[in-house]
Amino acid sequence: MSIAEQSPAPRDVRRSIETVWRMESAKLIAAMVRVVRDVQLAEDLAQDALVAALQQWPRTGIPANPGAWLTVIAKRRAVDHFRRGERHERAVEQLGRVSELEGAVMPDLEAGNEVDDDLLRLMFICCHPVLSKPAQVALTLRLLGGLTTAEIARAFLTPEPTVGQRISRAKKTIERHRVAFEEPGAEERARRLSAVLEVVYLVFNEGYAATGGDDWMRPGLTLEAVRLGRVLAGVAPDSAAVHGLLALMELQASRGPARTGPSGEPILLMDQDRSRWDHILIRHGLGALERAEALAVGPDRYVLQAGIAACHALARVAPDTDWAQIVALYGQLVQLEPSPVVELNRAVALAMARGAAEGLAVVDALAAAGTLAGYHLLPSVRGDLLQRLGRTAEARAEFERAAAMTGNARERTLLLDRAAAC
Amino acid sequence: MRYLMFVKTDESMPAGPPPPALYQAIGELGEQQAKDGSMILTGGLHGSAEGALVNLADGRIDVIDGPFAESKELIGGFAMFDVRDKDEALEHARRFLQVHADHWPGCVATVEVRRVMEDNEFVMPS
Repeated sequence: MSIAEQSPAPRDVRRSIETVWRMESAKLIAAMVRVVRDVQLAEDLAQDALVAALQQWPRTGIPANPGAWLTVIAKRRAVDHFRRGERHERAVEQLGRVSELEGAVMPDLEAGNEVDDDLLRLMFICCHPVLSKPAQVALTLRLLGGLTTAEIARAFLTPEPTVGQRISRAKKTIERHRVAFEEPGAEERARRLSAVLEVVYLVFNEGYAATGGDDWMRPGLTLEAVRLGRVLAGVAPDSAAVHGLLALMELQASRGPARTGPSGEPILLMDQDRSRWDHILIRHGLGALERAEALAVGPDRYVLQAGIAACHALARVAPDTDWAQIVALYGQLVQLEPSPVVELNRAVALAMARGAAEGLAVVDALAAAGTLAGYHLLPSVRGDLLQRLGRTAEARAEFERAAAMTGNARERTLLLDRAAAC
Repeated sequence: MRYLMFVKTDESMPAGPPPPALYQAIGELGEQQAKDGSMILTGGLHGSAEGALVNLADGRIDVIDGPFAESKELIGGFAMFDVRDKDEALEHARRFLQVHADHWPGCVATVEVRRVMEDNEFVMPS
């Protein structure tokens, strides 16, 4: 909604209110979902609280604890809503809710556990298996990231009405399946958590290596995913996978500044100026990895991948990279989740650890299997290994093939440059 | 984008030394800000007695040991925030000072908010 059109508030006050709203909306909506068990209604009540803030705060100033203020108002609106009996079909539930609400009109917003549980519940709802992956992503960014439909549409290069429809359909599906009423048990929670991690990592990857469009990275999405990962680590601190994913994202994001050259062209990991890596993020990432490894009871895909990223982060110069360790970690990863993409990465590491010929043997086996047909990194890696073995004509053909397959303009230029240099 | 914040207090402030409850409240706020992903670095600073000023004037470099009795700008601590925009950074600064207002009557303090240059903005003069 356009706040600007509704509010008589002076611009700077309105901006402060919008900022508070963006910072608090996830917690607010999450708290309201707990009491009303209806995502759309929770969002509407939160919006009502925002409108009330826009009316009152310009006169009274921003309250000392704006989040608590918004929650009190939203809960009062919920009581009004149920009293009016706008939804007769839920009369019985409503009675219970009204008494619960009245008991909680002055919420202790800072009661950490409840806020954590609320946020985690909302994450589970947004990433519920009844929803498609794109719907999970859109709903998560909207409700937990506080992004507008327009921002999500822009980030994913999708028309705004499509995203809008996706979100409203998702909310209807949630209501139809009564998802907001579920309280998953321990086993189901683990499954749900991994769905949440998948969504967060998908958002990260879309930002980190944009699959389409003219830009190599969309840093906004990357940052949003890291932020969600940090929140997740706060609300589910006992999960090795959560800390593993956070470590992976922080470590990968730490290379952000070094991944592009002066005109936005991509710079590959081994060629990056490591003094430009972000050491705050590296420290965060290594800390998260340590927590993940302490909590891990068995191999975990994110913890293993973060371990690989840490091998790079710990190498001050590229030749210091512990490739043997990386090969070992990729080996564990392939065992855990057999995947041609991971196998391709293992081949790259193997080539670094034991020579291009050994890597090429693995890549050739993958090419023969045909499972990666259409994946531009297969010819790209193959071209690289062939070049190192001095088979330049074959290398050039592979780079050209890879260039024709990628959807990213920057990457295509890089690949064509490599072909030309063969 | 990243913002570095310094909190400054006036040594001659009539409010007296900060009460222990303030430290606890600052700790709780910091925990919350780290948990929501916004605060990525924080630290406190010892008094100026343990520091020094290194001055350059007229081509000469002088070291003046602390404490600096006349200082009106005692920097008590710093924090780095990773936020979406300046407004969010300012809201974090406001919350930090609100905690001071709640727990330290008479407190006079300033938070200086400065945007950190991104890697690609940092261009060496040629």
